[in-house]
Amino acid sequence: MKASIRRRLPLLVTAGTFVVLFVTAGIMYDGFFSSRVFVNLFTDTASTGVAAVGMTLVIFSGGIDLSVGAVIGFTSILMATLVEKHGVHPAVAATAALALGAGLGAFMGMLIQVFRQPPFLVTLAGMFLARGGAWWISTESTEIKHPLLVGLSGFAWEPGGGLRLPTTALVLVAALAAGYVLAHHTRFGRNLLAIGGNEQSALLMGLPVAATKIWVYTLNGACAALAGLVAVIYSGSGNPSQGIGLELDAIAVVVIGGTLLSGGRGHMLGTLFGILIFGTIQSALLFDGRLGSAWLRIVVGLLLLGFILLQRLMLGRADRRS
Amino acid sequence: MSETRLQSFCRSPVVWPLAGILLLVLVNLVHDRSTAFLQVTVTDGHLYGTLVDILNQGSRCMLVALGMTLVIAVSGVDLSVGSLMAVGAAVAAVLLAREAHSVALAMTAALAATALAGLASGLLVTWVRVQPIVATLILMVVGRGVAQLITDGNVIIIQRAGFEFLGNGYLLGLPFSTVLVVALYLGAQVVLRRSAAGLFIEAAGDNETASRFAGLAVGRVKCLAYMTSGLCAGLAGLLAASNIRAADTLRGGENMELDAIFAVVVGGTALTGGRFSLLGSLVGALLLQTLTVTMYNLGVPPAVAPVPKALLIIGVCLLQSEKSRRWLGGLWSARKAA
Amino acid sequence: MTEPLLAMRGIGKRFPGVVALNGVDFSVRAGEIHALLGENGAGKSTLIKVLTGVYAPDAGEILLNGRRVAPASPKEAEACGISTVYQEVNLVPSLSIAENIMLGRQPGRAGLLNWRALRRRARAALARLEIECDVEAELGSLSVALQQMVAIARALDLQARLLVLDEPTASLDEKEVADLFAIMRRLRGEGLGIVFVTHFLEQVYAVTDRLTVLRNGELVGEHTTAGLSRLALVSQMLGREVTAEIAAPGVAAAKGEKKSAPPLLAARGLARRGAIQGLDLELHCGEVTGLAGLLGSGRTETARLLFGIDRADAGELRVRGTLTRLRSPREAARLGFAFCSEDRKIEGIFPNLSVRENLIFALQAKQGAWRVLGRAEQVQLTEHYIAALRIKTPGPETPIRNLSGGNQQKVLLARWLATQPELIILDEPTRGIDIGAKAEIEQIIAKLRADGLAVLFISSEIEEVVHNSTRVVVLRERRRVAEFTGGDITAGRLMSAMAGGHVESKRQDSE
Repeated sequence: MKASIRRRLPLLVTAGTFVVLFVTAGIMYDGFFSSRVFVNLFTDTASTGVAAVGMTLVIFSGGIDLSVGAVIGFTSILMATLVEKHGVHPAVAATAALALGAGLGAFMGMLIQVFRQPPFLVTLAGMFLARGGAWWISTESTEIKHPLLVGLSGFAWEPGGGLRLPTTALVLVAALAAGYVLAHHTRFGRNLLAIGGNEQSALLMGLPVAATKIWVYTLNGACAALAGLVAVIYSGSGNPSQGIGLELDAIAVVVIGGTLLSGGRGHMLGTLFGILIFGTIQSALLFDGRLGSAWLRIVVGLLLLGFILLQRLMLGRADRRS
Repeated sequence: MSETRLQSFCRSPVVWPLAGILLLVLVNLVHDRSTAFLQVTVTDGHLYGTLVDILNQGSRCMLVALGMTLVIAVSGVDLSVGSLMAVGAAVAAVLLAREAHSVALAMTAALAATALAGLASGLLVTWVRVQPIVATLILMVVGRGVAQLITDGNVIIIQRAGFEFLGNGYLLGLPFSTVLVVALYLGAQVVLRRSAAGLFIEAAGDNETASRFAGLAVGRVKCLAYMTSGLCAGLAGLLAASNIRAADTLRGGENMELDAIFAVVVGGTALTGGRFSLLGSLVGALLLQTLTVTMYNLGVPPAVAPVPKALLIIGVCLLQSEKSRRWLGGLWSARKAA
Repeated sequence: MTEPLLAMRGIGKRFPGVVALNGVDFSVRAGEIHALLGENGAGKSTLIKVLTGVYAPDAGEILLNGRRVAPASPKEAEACGISTVYQEVNLVPSLSIAENIMLGRQPGRAGLLNWRALRRRARAALARLEIECDVEAELGSLSVALQQMVAIARALDLQARLLVLDEPTASLDEKEVADLFAIMRRLRGEGLGIVFVTHFLEQVYAVTDRLTVLRNGELVGEHTTAGLSRLALVSQMLGREVTAEIAAPGVAAAKGEKKSAPPLLAARGLARRGAIQGLDLELHCGEVTGLAGLLGSGRTETARLLFGIDRADAGELRVRGTLTRLRSPREAARLGFAFCSEDRKIEGIFPNLSVRENLIFALQAKQGAWRVLGRAEQVQLTEHYIAALRIKTPGPETPIRNLSGGNQQKVLLARWLATQPELIILDEPTRGIDIGAKAEIEQIIAKLRADGLAVLFISSEIEEVVHNSTRVVVLRERRRVAEFTGGDITAGRLMSAMAGGHVESKRQDSE
């Protein structure tokens, strides 16, 4: 099955990159090879990872969403304020936050699809709206004291073998699983890829292009809000400045995962490996201690560049063939 | 039938943002119930007042918008300008603070660095054929990282009289940064309109295929546009660093890419490229700054300022979109028929 | 006669300013391959789009198996049993073959896809065409021909009764075309009706049973393929009597002048896959070389090669005797070449820039950004050409998009004349412009020739080619097939050459 191997090549490259990075870090730093460090790859990147799942779907369709970081900040402070200052039950507050995220996404999707505005501009405006809204609620971060949320923060599932999976890691794994099913086992997911691959063809094939595009931004808005909830549980506080610049990390994770930024080609498993690569670099820099967080940005940026060049190279060959 | 001067003024792209500024000024006057907003005083031969502050604080966005206008005119976009501001500031700060280099050398090095970064974006777009958003996104991520690396993540204090003049000095009674922006605008206007560069940029953005078929080196034109944008961003970074007498690589230039794009779009240059108006972008940048000041004056916390900005840009884009134009056009002809 | 599978009756469609179709009848029987033929603007694509639900007709009715249908979208047409495969494969290259066949109707349960059933059905759809391939391979990794087959498989999986193939062979080689024909014959055997749109006459005679010819939005005739000679077919398509021998007296006097000077441009075996095969061509100063051929014969492709837009795979090009490799239009312009594209909108005008800016652009681009034409010089140049070419414009500062097509064309002509070229390539310079402007452009061409320029003139209107050329090269199916000079240039000879096949013109003339 040569053809199916070629189709999976970007995925294999990404998986290989992760293994090489993880093994190198394991050799360089004592104590890196441990189940705790491995689980932390999920725990520490949970918020970015959940956002990346939604971003993967948007990028499948050939779009982009720059508002996710701001939506995370908005959700974070909204949640904290509602629960701590207004005594709203966390479940109700979480539902409201998810609905608001989805609502903003739907609004942006409509501007993109109905008014034919470029996605990056619309979602930039959405970013301003959400970040401004977050700072409007409060400019200070608020500590979470509600027993349910504190409980979730401290909770960890222990399936045995010394593994401890905290709530945030579980949410990320669940989001990835749901994203995988949606992307690869439903018509919605396949329609996204078809639209991203060739929107004109998708229209002529009779696929519901407009509805699918508005839905994917809606879904991504909800995903970003969920990432905000994860951030609240992870940090134990609501912070309006949470997630500044996170949209770039999410995009980088998706692209490193082998998904084509211009749309139409990609795999949710790639995003999983993208998250693992991102987490490994983050942990390695932490283990090292000498290198600042600046290196995270540089390495992620260069990886992004490298993978885009790789994609161009492979696409260029395909172009010439046809 | 020749147009009156008034008619041609009404169609100029500057009108709408200018009207917006006037409206905001009016809001301030009504809110204050005094003319304090418009008052300009002279102390030591320097002008002081809210309007002067707007000019001074708005100068960085105006500068970045100048470069952004050219990039958008060639159907691109530059998301890296905020990070490049930080890079420019970081390079200058390190050279000025840690070693006793001259101000001129530090500034030259900073501008060379950001111009090179702009060239890198341009090459990614024209050579590798990466979409402009993506190419400049990479520069945005890496640029911020490099800036932090240069300064070790610290805020570096700059204390050099010559350098401080850039963002705090006065020339001819006006803030030096404003004078600088106006001079650069005039210079750019002369270069672009007296040479064929302006025509080439507009043609490349209006119809790339046609300009290639007519014998234009489109790639070169685009690269130059991105380089100019990098240069403008670097200079804006120097202005910002000089203004606060420090290089803040973490927050410096934050969200500047958005402000600059907004200024350009509000100033009447379409995101699809082609015809551009540098003056429109300058006025657009001033409109944003006036909006920020007005929010402050109305007691809206500065943190909320992004919200009206976002609403403004959505409104402008909707007005410019074909669909709403058709609706409005329909309304107009319906009224004429009635 | 049995009732036809498809009957379109009195179909009319008008667009603002144009009557695209006027009372056209078109019928296809079950189990036949029916060619739909016509030159540019004949109304073929409009008729196909009415049939497939892209456009709603203004008049007429569509009967399928005797039942009236009115599809409002391609999807509705498919539901009726009318499936279409376009020239540009309308599939998603980044997805697998199986998905491309099944998108939008994947089997599954409770919203989840059943991948195994999906692949099985895709394999079955391909098996009907006797194609075996790995259905999990990416579509983009296949040749265009195989992608075309996948598109047909997708169309057939919809229980199609009528299959529309819109120029499916445009980018296939001979072997691939033969494979496609085998499949078409098999499907005909299964009782499908097939509408086959093509520009290649050989293919019409190779595979179709009947044919319908359109011209200028009107039905010209319906024939059994075997009963219509090639020459008769071409003359129906072009709307000219075969016997009429036209030669313009004004130009004829100038024809046949011998020149001893070496050619300005000489191509030997110039070729590019999918564009033109082994072309020999010489262009001389003071000559108008006409390039004749049916649509798709490689005329525009030749022009693009000569202007450096596409690069040749093989062959050599000499300019003024020097071996030259053209890599970009920029280089061609520096050599003194000029090219007015047939696609004014996409490849010609800067819609939002003024007439003046459009007009001086090529000259300015040639000079670079710093050797600037002064404003006064620009205005003078513009006004000169506005007067010389009689360009109707409110003024030099009017955006060019506000001008009529003919006047836009003249501005583009002026753009290149301002660079004082030695060779000017005109690709369909008279398309879509009114008769008065056409005559003026013909006058301009004559003047350019008199001024000593080499002109390469491309047109699908045979009469124009005859009128304006001192030498005509005929292309057919991407090959050069004939060359005529001087008094030999007649419409009849050109048409015979364009039609090809084993035509004996005498017998045709007496028919």
